Amino acid sequence: MLRQLEGSRAVAEAVGLCRPEVVCAYPISPQTHIIEGIGALVKSGQLEQCEFINVESEFAAMSVCIGASAAGARAYTATASQGLLYMMEAVYNASGLGLPVVMTLANRAIGAPINIWNDHSDAMAVRDAGWVQLFAETNQEAVDLHVQAFRLAEELSIPVMVCMDGFILTHAVEAVEMPTQTQVDAFVPPYEPRQVLDPAEPVSIGAMVGPEAFEEVRYLAHVKQLQALERIPEIASAFSAAFGRPSGGLLRGYRTEDAEVVVVALGSVLGTIKDAVDDLRRAGARVGVVGIGSFRPFPSAALRAELGRARTVVVVEKALAPGAGGILARDVTMAAAGLDAEVRTVVAGLGGRPITKASLVAVLEEAGRGGLESLHFLDLDHGLVERELARMARRRRSGPAAENILRDIGVVSAGAT
Amino acid sequence: MFQVRIHGRGGQGVVTAAELLSVAAFRDGHYAQAFPSFGSERTGAPVVAFCRIDAGPIRTREPIAEPDGLIVQDATLLHQVDLFRGVGPEALVLINSSRGVEELGLADLPALRRRGGVLTVPATELAREHTGRPFPNAVLLGGFAALSGVVSIDAVVLAIRDRFAGEVAEGNAAAARRAFAFVADEAAESAGARPAPAAAPAPGDGSGLEVSTRAATA
Repeated sequence: MLRQLEGSRAVAEAVGLCRPEVVCAYPISPQTHIIEGIGALVKSGQLEQCEFINVESEFAAMSVCIGASAAGARAYTATASQGLLYMMEAVYNASGLGLPVVMTLANRAIGAPINIWNDHSDAMAVRDAGWVQLFAETNQEAVDLHVQAFRLAEELSIPVMVCMDGFILTHAVEAVEMPTQTQVDAFVPPYEPRQVLDPAEPVSIGAMVGPEAFEEVRYLAHVKQLQALERIPEIASAFSAAFGRPSGGLLRGYRTEDAEVVVVALGSVLGTIKDAVDDLRRAGARVGVVGIGSFRPFPSAALRAELGRARTVVVVEKALAPGAGGILARDVTMAAAGLDAEVRTVVAGLGGRPITKASLVAVLEEAGRGGLESLHFLDLDHGLVERELARMARRRRSGPAAENILRDIGVVSAGAT
Repeated sequence: MFQVRIHGRGGQGVVTAAELLSVAAFRDGHYAQAFPSFGSERTGAPVVAFCRIDAGPIRTREPIAEPDGLIVQDATLLHQVDLFRGVGPEALVLINSSRGVEELGLADLPALRRRGGVLTVPATELAREHTGRPFPNAVLLGGFAALSGVVSIDAVVLAIRDRFAGEVAEGNAAAARRAFAFVADEAAESAGARPAPAAAPAPGDGSGLEVSTRAATA
């Protein structure tokens, strides 16, 4: 049924339809509405046979999910930003143990300086943790990806993270076609664990592994990701057949045929980029865009095929590796190796800065002229940066940079406009 | 595409107003996208929320810089926030106030160039009268339905009933209908002999809402 819903509410209901047996989460913006929604479903009895466990931290939340999953329960959590960092050790444990926990990551910047707004720093911080990382472009896709995530996770016994842009998606109210319980039950079979803690048949999970076998265990984690690379498109097409709409998959191209400039991006910014592509196409530019649906595993071969005859690949990413540049751009560069295309990185939308169509169009026009630098910061206020650098050069005790910059722009409190 | 920006203060239901407007548009068969300004909202602090309404799916995720419609839930913001940033001469502006536009010192507002484009409605008073509470958000949407025509008053009432229950729903619905009538009268009055100055942008004029196709595509 098509409903006008807040993204968080839609995801909460979708997770409920997947019949998790244990939900354990600690609230943090912008994830809060999701777990509030699931909590309400459990309390009202609408979500049956599910225990919602309150804990004191994200570290405990993931630890409970690990325990629940190892005991054979379908386990779910959600977090964002610092919360993800706080549970980091357990995040690695979930994947290292091969436990199919599903987690929503309501993407948010990482401090300091503290910032509650959206970017992809949190997802990038765990990109090597061994989790599958799927990115939603819309709230419809966020809903659909959760249904696919439980099936993928449990088939392969691997944890899956569904990334959705904090606030931009979690707090956006838009039309979402909500699946029915019957549809989801048919698509997500009951959880049949590959390993389970059972007093009747005792086993150990989480043994210490020394140099004699650690590399093999890690290699198996890579093999599992490669299996996911095959299963993700298969599950997406099974979803499409069952639910009547395309959703998920490794990646999706938009107007890439004959494109000389191809943008690559993750998440909700793809919508604004598609509008920019349409504008540029109307003006005669050969521009297209590829949305990466699966960031981990990274679909190198599929991306390489999609890049086709691109001369310039512009990776627009909401994250920065200070001292290196782009993060997604590195994976794209590897995928494009050997192609006759230059890869450019555009860092954009950090800490919730709006990514506007006007700025995207300008940068893509520059890329079309061959003038885009290899690492570009969208809408960066160079003047502000120069002022702070000058302060630092003038005297040793120049003070805290963030506060200095806020004073320069005359902001009384963060986010005030 | 018709884009609305709503200004108010934390606690006045600014985000809820944007959501209700989107639900009303949805009920009318349009596509709609509502979202807050993503600030750390605190009671009393200036808050902004947005709503886009279109005949087709809405892809953009950027904030609304140049709104076609502006709703101001708290007139004291006039002295605190640059409410009219990006508001062009064709925009429709509805301000919650028991005073008139001239009394508020807005007579030279660019938006006034469109006669009947800037109006006030005593939404807080109407809310108090009908609900016993001073929340102007849902009431203003009734007025905005009259000013803009982008959503119907019936759809606004349906959206209110979707969101609220019992007396709160019915009180807000009644107050929204009063605000609709109030603004419709005010618009007719300020129009004088001119024909239909406060009507919605005509379909196909480039700025307004095309005839919805959602029912056909959904």
